[in-house]
Amino acid sequence: MAEASVVTGAAAARHEEQGFWGFTRAQAIAFLAMSAVVVVSPFLLYPVFLMKVLCFALFACAFNLLVGYVGLLSFGHAAYFGMGAYITGYAAKAWGVPPELAILMGGAIGAALGLPFGWLAIRRSGIYFSMITLALAQMVFFFCLQAPFTGGEDGIQAIPRGTLLGVFDLTADFTMYWLVAFIFLAGFLLIHRIVHSPFGQVMKAIRDNEPRATSLGYRVEQYKLMAFVLSAALAGIAGGTKALVFNIATLTDVRWTMSGEVVLMSLVGGLGTVFGPVVGAAVIVTMQNYLAEFGAWVLVIQGAIFIACVLAFRRGVVGEIGNALRVKL
Amino acid sequence: MATTQDGDTILETEGLTKEFRGFVAVSDVALRVKRGTIHGLIGPNGAGKTTCFNLLTKFLPPTRGTIRYEGRDITGMKPAEVARLGLVRSFQISAVFPHLTVLENVRVALQRARGGSFDFWRSDSLLKSFDARAMELLEDVGLTAYARHNAGELPYGRKRALEIATTLALDPRMMLLDEPTAGMTHEDVGRIMALVQRVAKGRTVLLVEHNLTVVSGLCDTITVLTRGRVLAEGTYMEVSRNPEVKAAYLGTDPGISGGEGHG
Ligand SMILES: Nc1ncnc2c1ncn2[C@@H]1O[C@H](COP(=O)(O)OP(=O)(O)OP(=O)(O)O)[C@@H](O)[C@H]1O
Ligand SMILES: [Mg+2]
Repeated sequence: MAEASVVTGAAAARHEEQGFWGFTRAQAIAFLAMSAVVVVSPFLLYPVFLMKVLCFALFACAFNLLVGYVGLLSFGHAAYFGMGAYITGYAAKAWGVPPELAILMGGAIGAALGLPFGWLAIRRSGIYFSMITLALAQMVFFFCLQAPFTGGEDGIQAIPRGTLLGVFDLTADFTMYWLVAFIFLAGFLLIHRIVHSPFGQVMKAIRDNEPRATSLGYRVEQYKLMAFVLSAALAGIAGGTKALVFNIATLTDVRWTMSGEVVLMSLVGGLGTVFGPVVGAAVIVTMQNYLAEFGAWVLVIQGAIFIACVLAFRRGVVGEIGNALRVKL
Repeated sequence: MATTQDGDTILETEGLTKEFRGFVAVSDVALRVKRGTIHGLIGPNGAGKTTCFNLLTKFLPPTRGTIRYEGRDITGMKPAEVARLGLVRSFQISAVFPHLTVLENVRVALQRARGGSFDFWRSDSLLKSFDARAMELLEDVGLTAYARHNAGELPYGRKRALEIATTLALDPRMMLLDEPTAGMTHEDVGRIMALVQRVAKGRTVLLVEHNLTVVSGLCDTITVLTRGRVLAEGTYMEVSRNPEVKAAYLGTDPGISGGEGHG
């Protein structure tokens, strides 16, 4: 239980009243501020960069749903993200599926993989859970390396963004941006609802004290599996969206380093915080962009940040801010 | 031993044994708990009381033996299923949900009693319908003032009280309480005793306790366990006169009535 308090970076000493959509007052303000940034930023910054941030932010939020609220640390989330990217990309390119459907197919493959993988992994806890998710993700990686439809080392290239609902041509970055912004905000709100639902209440109880939840008669495996599938589905949607944004799905999306990156993003922002994964994704993606010219040094710097977070800022950026202001963010 | 159970027995074990890598923690225990009674399970530290609880509630699989509850064999069941049959345990080390509020702790139990739910798309404000009942339960254990605090912040004795309220929220047919008063102040002990006495009406309680005042005050029947074996059984008067029981206690743990350390 002492460990849980570290994992969840939540600071608030006393429970705060929840209002609309389960947000506390501080969270509602933060959500409005975040939405404002999402709406204004494409007028100031390069939309492709912003879309990348939003895709990874959704991915990190999906990952955080599992680790922050159920206490399950997955080392294999690249499998759902990457397969989401491949399936969306393949459907859009080979079958000419419209973008909204292609992205949903990305989510569906995430859920379809998450069901058996989650079923296997939740049988174990702690590091063994993490290792099983990693091993299964490696299997997916080798499958993607060998399977003909993924294009091997080349990946699937020139994926068309298509026309949204048969009306909006997504070729223009600016139009595509609003779709990505919508998907991100909808996903973010869905995750928040999941956490603040009757189901989420049980999830948090399991995270806090699994034997006690069992002793109350909860079939904890079913709850864990449900959370796993939801997380994997949202990761698939994030991956699918990213494939459309960049017109490409490659092995990078399913490689273990992608699983590591999402851990890093959540950690930097603050595990178990609502806004942490978003901030973490923004920080890491920005860093990768500006440090791209240093090549391999990006990895070294990321490693250093990882160590700094683990040693000095265990709550992550958002967790530390929340702690300083005595609010849950 | 009779294989058919008379209606008066709610829980019965036969030859219950648990070995940990050759070390026998519980050995050939035949326990028979009468419906509607408060049954004490006492014994020195390491006697196997908690292990017994873990076996009865299926948190550990027995090496040998059978467990019958309400006339059915529950030996092969999973812990959550046993809890759903109304056989609910508490833990020796206080078990609350530290990041949930005190109110939410109790509500989570009420939520399960109403069937549990996987509805992740609905608002948790639905759970407010349990608030009134949850507050009643908190009042019973004197925690009303703490309802909106995180459970993790409560002092130890109050955590134990919260745990009992949470257990009671399930309205269990049979409660297994593992040292409910350990680490409590004198007045808290009195309150918990009174509470157990009150809630035991219409239920069966199996109670592990080191505090002999509590045991003598509450228990109808007492089973004494040492080194995994049943040493004696009977009323408090009967077992306290038993020379073997005296020897076991004096030999291993003279300070039994002082309670024990807690984490
Ligand atoms: N998981 C385990 N693995 C190995 N040995 C165990 C395990 N659990 C309990 N034991 C051992 O079994 C014996 C009985 O332990 P148990 O916790 O049941 O005692 P207890 O009667 O509850 O004692 P206490 O009064 O101190 O709570 C002890 O010697 C303990 O070390
Ligand atoms: Mg014990």
